[in-house]
Amino acid sequence: MVKLDAKIPSGKLEEKWTNHKFNMKLVNPANKRKYEILVVGTGLAGASAAATLGELGYKVKVLTFHDSPRRAHSIAAQGGINAAKNYQNDGDSVYRLFYDTIKGGDFRAREANVYRLAEVSNNIIDQCVAQGVPFAREYGGLLDNRSFGGAQVSRTFYAKGQTGQQLLLGAYSALSRQISLGNVTMFTRREMLDLVVENDVAKGIIARNLVTGEIEKYSAHAVVLATGGYSNVFFLSTNAMNCNTTAIWRAHKKGAVFANPCYTQIHPTCLPVHGESQSKLTLMSESLRNDGRIWVSKIKGDKRKPNDIPESDRDYYLERKYPSFGNLSPRDISSRSAKEACDDGRGADGGEAVYLDFSDAINRLGKAAIEEKYGNLFEIYEVITGDNPYQTPMKIYPAPHYTMGGLWVDYNLMSNVPGLFVLGEANFSDHGANRLGASALMQGLADGYFVIPYTIGNYLASDKPSLASTDDEAFKSAAKENDERLKKILSINGKRTVDDIHKQLGRIMWNKVGMARNEAGLKEAIKEIAALREEFWKDVKVVGKAEDLNQNLERAVRLADYLELGELMALDALNRNESCGGHFRTEYQTEEGEALRNDDEYAFVSAWEFNELGKWTMHKEPLNYEFVKLAQRSYK
Amino acid sequence: MSEIKLNLTLKVWRQQGPKSPGSFVSYKVSVSPDASFLEMLDELNNSLEQEGKEPIAFESDCREGICGTCDLMINGEAHGPLPRIATCQLHMRNFKDGETIYVEPFRAKAFPLVKDLIVDRSALDKIIQAGGYVSINTGGVPDANAIPIPKDKAAEAFDAAACIGCGACVATCKNASAMLFVSAKVSQLALLPQGHPERAKRVEAMVKVMDELGFGSCTNTYACEAECPKGISITNIARLNREFYKAKFSH
Repeated sequence: MVKLDAKIPSGKLEEKWTNHKFNMKLVNPANKRKYEILVVGTGLAGASAAATLGELGYKVKVLTFHDSPRRAHSIAAQGGINAAKNYQNDGDSVYRLFYDTIKGGDFRAREANVYRLAEVSNNIIDQCVAQGVPFAREYGGLLDNRSFGGAQVSRTFYAKGQTGQQLLLGAYSALSRQISLGNVTMFTRREMLDLVVENDVAKGIIARNLVTGEIEKYSAHAVVLATGGYSNVFFLSTNAMNCNTTAIWRAHKKGAVFANPCYTQIHPTCLPVHGESQSKLTLMSESLRNDGRIWVSKIKGDKRKPNDIPESDRDYYLERKYPSFGNLSPRDISSRSAKEACDDGRGADGGEAVYLDFSDAINRLGKAAIEEKYGNLFEIYEVITGDNPYQTPMKIYPAPHYTMGGLWVDYNLMSNVPGLFVLGEANFSDHGANRLGASALMQGLADGYFVIPYTIGNYLASDKPSLASTDDEAFKSAAKENDERLKKILSINGKRTVDDIHKQLGRIMWNKVGMARNEAGLKEAIKEIAALREEFWKDVKVVGKAEDLNQNLERAVRLADYLELGELMALDALNRNESCGGHFRTEYQTEEGEALRNDDEYAFVSAWEFNELGKWTMHKEPLNYEFVKLAQRSYK
Repeated sequence: MSEIKLNLTLKVWRQQGPKSPGSFVSYKVSVSPDASFLEMLDELNNSLEQEGKEPIAFESDCREGICGTCDLMINGEAHGPLPRIATCQLHMRNFKDGETIYVEPFRAKAFPLVKDLIVDRSALDKIIQAGGYVSINTGGVPDANAIPIPKDKAAEAFDAAACIGCGACVATCKNASAMLFVSAKVSQLALLPQGHPERAKRVEAMVKVMDELGFGSCTNTYACEAECPKGISITNIARLNREFYKAKFSH
């Protein structure tokens, strides 16, 4: 029976983390090298955790399915990273960043976690600058900031439109240093297939060597998953091709509860779909909304070219509906508004796209200023679409982008399975029902650089876990099960390709578990996903061998897990009879069409325990707001 | 969305493993001009899988030109015919109906072949491990605004730091030299005050490992700059040489 204890320290909000750091047990420096820690994933959270734990003296092993630890999808984050530095003297503070994040998350996150995130945000910027991350600067040589959705202060640090790249390369450089010093051992082209649990404690993992196909066993005193989110359940998302849920899903099936799976973020500014062969969607940084104005025609089915549509026929719907935040309204609100306009037949060419127009900004600031800020984004846009955004407005449409849900963790970022820690997008902890822009990078690095190094020490010093042998029965049976599962998939030899089934799953998810959901649709989705899953196990066609580099098999294994996760997402969405943040149930909205929360009944984290396929038990972690007053989110 | 399809012949390098012989295999494809090059390969792979044939092994991830995973030689050019993009950003509208396209892996002594179009570029990681960092631990660093850095220096450092580690510079160089890659990291950290304490040690260590790993020498053909998806300038190579000789003379 799962018992959830968030282990939130008592005391004043602003003293919790400081006191907790003092109260936690430490591992003596000489003893640290006796502890082995396994980190899975080398994005911002994984790389920063591995580097920092290596620096502290632990023996660290890191796995990534990439060919190099520099490739994880954190690298594609464009816009920036938030911090409460208040360098702009515009009224920012740790408390304001905390409050904006809680409010942005529609009051569905833990206060204590979010406050800590805001608190360590400033350390992250200091750390990255010291590593040589080339953030944008002002003429006086000090750091520059820009604004992002959901905030009225400028607190976002950036490196052109490549902030994620620069931060990841910073963490990668720290990790590379630890590899060269021998503190960290790097295993590339390895994909985690399973978590190994012995006597209810996480003891290691099973991974597949993606070059040889060999099933490998890794044991450690603690396992850290930093394996990212699950937006690719939608098939088309802004996530990289290889992003997948397998690591956290397999851990879930081994006992880790999954929190808020239905909280998914649809990003408002992505490039529209071009056709059937589309493999993924490309994000255009939200920072573009600083200077771009979003509009559609006032006339349904308007086929005129955007530059031929006169000012009087344009509806700048975000500025109209949300005058104080305007084009910088939070992501969920902006996405839904775009969908509404297009569903109303007023999208670009009457289709599924809205205009993001820079002509006013170019007239006001000059082309050079716009080029300096967004030059690379404009180039990317032109390369992909063949249109020049300096001359004609960009066309954008919302797309799945980020998953706020993930494995449940306590304040120490440990799951309910002792010894299993979960960082970054893979956990559920800080963004509630909606994440603000430039906060994912902040959370990944906060978890890796400044939280896990303390809390993992406390676990090791308090629980004194032993190191299991990979010859233990638990390892052997897990390895065997996974080997058999791969062979089973290869033996089906049916008619449908992996992508074919994945696309169908994606359509179910997008239509019924996407931006707007309702009871009937969710019930249908649950049935359809279960049926599709059955079809997969009867009719999928996967070629090649298990003992070889086999990308077809890799995709099949990931899809098998998505076909289970999708059902849980729909179930969670069905269960949450309210609208909040990225979870919008059409039955629950205000007269003006805004999300209508139900704080009396749903101010909790839904944490799902896996029993068997199709059967879960939901546990509630109540969200007790001690410091913030719950209010309706208003961006008007 | 375009209704017209391009009919193309692909000649793709297929090789089961590093020790097996490889050869070009022909495929006929019909593809929308709006599709990307990699989406065309996805479609081809999907149809191969349907026929029970092994799909073409190739690597890609972000498909936004930033992760550096994709790495194809297309008609003899790293990342294909357009300047300043990665393979994943190449779209089919840049090809003509009826064309024959050759697709090969990035070839270099330091990049051993893994399978089909996949090569092992971990040598680039080893060069970074030799010194492509500032030796600081997490915590205990000064305030981010403690050291002002002139805007132009920061921008120049950024331009060098924009390298995505794809290896196009190596694959395109007739000597398979990694000088552009190495110079980008050396420059970034030489331009910023944070990198100065280890400036001399860094450049020597990185160059030493680069030489050991089987990368060739730079003979100033500038092919690397022409093919670099991020437009990393060869002025960085000049800076690398200056840094290297300064370091040598400092002993």
